[in-house]
Amino acid sequence: MFSHPAAMFGVALCATFVAMLLVIARSYAGPTLYDRVLAVNSFGTLTVLLLALLGFLVGRPDFLDIALLYALINFVGTIAVLKFVRHRHLGAARPARDIALKNVSPWWEEKR
Amino acid sequence: MTTYTLVINIVSWACLSLGGIALVVGALGVWRLPDVWARFHAAGIIDTMGAALLLVGMMLQGGFTLVTLKLALIGLFLFIAGPTATHAIANAAWVAGVKPKHIDKDEGSLLGRKDKA
Repeated sequence: MFSHPAAMFGVALCATFVAMLLVIARSYAGPTLYDRVLAVNSFGTLTVLLLALLGFLVGRPDFLDIALLYALINFVGTIAVLKFVRHRHLGAARPARDIALKNVSPWWEEKR
Repeated sequence: MTTYTLVINIVSWACLSLGGIALVVGALGVWRLPDVWARFHAAGIIDTMGAALLLVGMMLQGGFTLVTLKLALIGLFLFIAGPTATHAIANAAWVAGVKPKHIDKDEGSLLGRKDKA
């Protein structure tokens, strides 16, 4: 059993796949938006692990570059979704509606 | 098969199996726990135990090569970005006013939200 390294990657791959199914079910069913964002973030982490394990399983560790890139994009995507939901704008630190209505000044004009 | 390879394979088996168990446990928690504040804990299991054990198991199989360095970079990034993302989600949920379920009335006053709890 210990002479076949591919089997251990298969076992871990199966566990990752089961975990991905459960997490994607939560991202579909989650009552609030934050459940969904949390589930999608965990799904991204699991995707990184799946890519790395798949690279080892098929004997092509080049997949690790894709996994590293996916980890970076996953983090940026999570933060972008949260910022968009809170501010309704990706470039401002105040709600875009308030800036448009001149209720508050944007952060780059704020007095300190 | 040398003794060294055998030991590395056994330790790698242990790491990958325990990591897979941690992933499934964390995903079960994300699916089963009652509200978002409890689900953060389960997601933390996936981000810490699951990812770390799987990466260590793969590193042992990689040996002293560039592959191990890339795995270490992935682990370092997940180690920094995972808690940051979880904190951002928790902060956004708190600002949006998401309440914990099954909260004690007396503990609700500790949260400064007795009117809502």
